[in-house]
Amino acid sequence: MEKLIAGKTVQVNEEGYLTNFNEWNKEIGEALALEAQVALTPKHWELINYIQTEVKNESPLSIRKIGKSGVVDIKEFYVLFPNAPLKTATKIAGVPKPASCI
Amino acid sequence: MKSLVILGAGTAGTMMANHLHKKIDRKEWDISIIDERKEHHYQPGYLFLPFDIYQPSNIIKNVKDFIPSDVELIQQRIEKIDAKENKIILGEGEIINYDLLIIATGAKIAPEEIEGMAGSEWQKSVFDFYTFEGALALRDKLRMWEGGNLVVHITEMPIKCPVAPLEFAFLADAFFEHKNMREKVNITYVTPLSGAFTKPKSTAALEHLLGEKNISIESDFAIAEVNNEKKTIVDYGGKVIPFDLLVTVPTNKGDDLMERSGLGDELNYVPTNKETLQSQAFENIFVIGDATNVPASKAGSVAHFEAEILTENILHYIKEEPLSASFDGHANCFIETGHNKALLIDFNYTHEPVSGLFPFPGIGPLQLLKESMLNHWGKLAFRWIYWNMLLKGIPIPFVGSHMKTAGKNF
Repeated sequence: MEKLIAGKTVQVNEEGYLTNFNEWNKEIGEALALEAQVALTPKHWELINYIQTEVKNESPLSIRKIGKSGVVDIKEFYVLFPNAPLKTATKIAGVPKPASCI
Repeated sequence: MKSLVILGAGTAGTMMANHLHKKIDRKEWDISIIDERKEHHYQPGYLFLPFDIYQPSNIIKNVKDFIPSDVELIQQRIEKIDAKENKIILGEGEIINYDLLIIATGAKIAPEEIEGMAGSEWQKSVFDFYTFEGALALRDKLRMWEGGNLVVHITEMPIKCPVAPLEFAFLADAFFEHKNMREKVNITYVTPLSGAFTKPKSTAALEHLLGEKNISIESDFAIAEVNNEKKTIVDYGGKVIPFDLLVTVPTNKGDDLMERSGLGDELNYVPTNKETLQSQAFENIFVIGDATNVPASKAGSVAHFEAEILTENILHYIKEEPLSASFDGHANCFIETGHNKALLIDFNYTHEPVSGLFPFPGIGPLQLLKESMLNHWGKLAFRWIYWNMLLKGIPIPFVGSHMKTAGKNF
C-alpha cells in the first residue's frame, strides 16, 4: 500500500514498514519517529545507521546483537526506543521488521 | 582414503551417518562420527516428562544402536575444529584429519545468559524443560505443587522447537484441570514476540486457543533479570511479572565448540547458506540441524528435511558438481493442545502455516492448524517413527523434503 510520509509517497506494508529502502530518507525517518513518539537524538541516528548497515549486509538483527553493537547496550536501547525497541527502530530506519525465526 | 567426519550424534548427525554410509563410495571414503554422549534422547519427549505422560525409559536409547556398523563412532569430547588445517582436535589431544566435515552439534540452553536465572531459585521455583534433568526436576515439583502463578516464559529467539512452550502452557492447563486444581492456578504465557507466534494466521489461531483455556499472554517482554528474592521477572522496559513457579525456556546457543573454534556467530550458531547448507566460511564444511544460523525452526523435522537435501549436496560436492539441492525451510510440527488433541502446522521460509489438509490435498487425513484427536495420535506415533524411521534415514511416506502448497488455504 502507499503512504504519504514527509511529503513523499512511499510503499509500506500493512504494519507501516517501508517495503523499499531506496524510498527512505532522513525526513521520512524523522516523520516515522514522530509517529512513534520518539524524539531523535544523535545517538538515535548512530543506531539507525548501524541497523541500516547490518540489514544491507544481510546480517539478521536481534536485541542481543544491538546490545553487542558497540553503539548502545540493551538498557540504553530501551531508553532510546521505549517499548518493543527493535520494532520501532527498524520501522524508523526504513528496513523490514526483523523476522524472529520460527 | 578420504575422510568424512560428522560432529554430533544427535538427530541430525545420526541421520546423516545413515544416509551417507549407503550413498558415498566406501572404497574412497571413511566415515566417522564424534560425540562424547552415550545416550540418545528423544528430545520432543522432554515436553511430556513433567506431566508424567512419558517416563524416562520411553525417550532414552543408546547412541551406538543408531550408528551404522561401517561408520566409526568416536565417543570423545571435541576440543576444537581447526578449519584452516582441516583437523579436529579431541579432548585427549588426538587429532582427526578430515576432507569433508559435517557439523551437527545442535543447540542447548544457556540460563547463565540472563541475570539471576540460574540463581538461588533454579530448580526450586525456576525450571527449564529443555534438558532431561530440568524436565525431571519440574515433574517432581509439579507432583507436589499446590497452585499459584505459573509463568511460562521464552527468554529470546531463536529457540529449539518454538512451539514447545505453548504446548507446555496447554498441557499445564489440562494437567491442573485433571487434578481438579485449575482454579488455583493462574497461567501466564510470556514471550519476547509480539504475539503467541511469529506468523499472523497461526498466531490468531493459537491466541484464540490461549483465550479459550484461560491462559493470559504478555507479549514483547524482553527479560532483563530474574529476581530470586521477590520471585519476579523484570523486562528492560520495566515491566514486572510475579511468579510462584517459573517455567522458562532460557537463551538457546550453539555448542561452545564453535566459540572455541571461531566458527560461530554471537550465539555460537554457524553461518550457513540457507539453501545449500554449506558453511559460509569453508567450502568443505557443511552444517545441519540446530547448529546452523538458517532462518528455519530448530526442530527435528527441519533436520530431517535438511538431511535429504544435504545428502544430495554432499554427493554433488564430492563429484565437484554445483550444489543444486536447495533447502526451502520446510518444517512440520505437531502442537499438543491438551485433552488428547493437537494441531499440526506445515510451513517453510516463504509460506506461513495455514489451515488445510495434510499430507494429501483435499483428503488429509490430518487437519492443519486445527485441533483434532487424530493430530494428537500422530504426535504420539511420531516417537515410533523417530526411533524406527527418521534416525535411520528412511523417508517418511508422503512427506517430502520440500513443502507442498496444494490442499492449503493461503
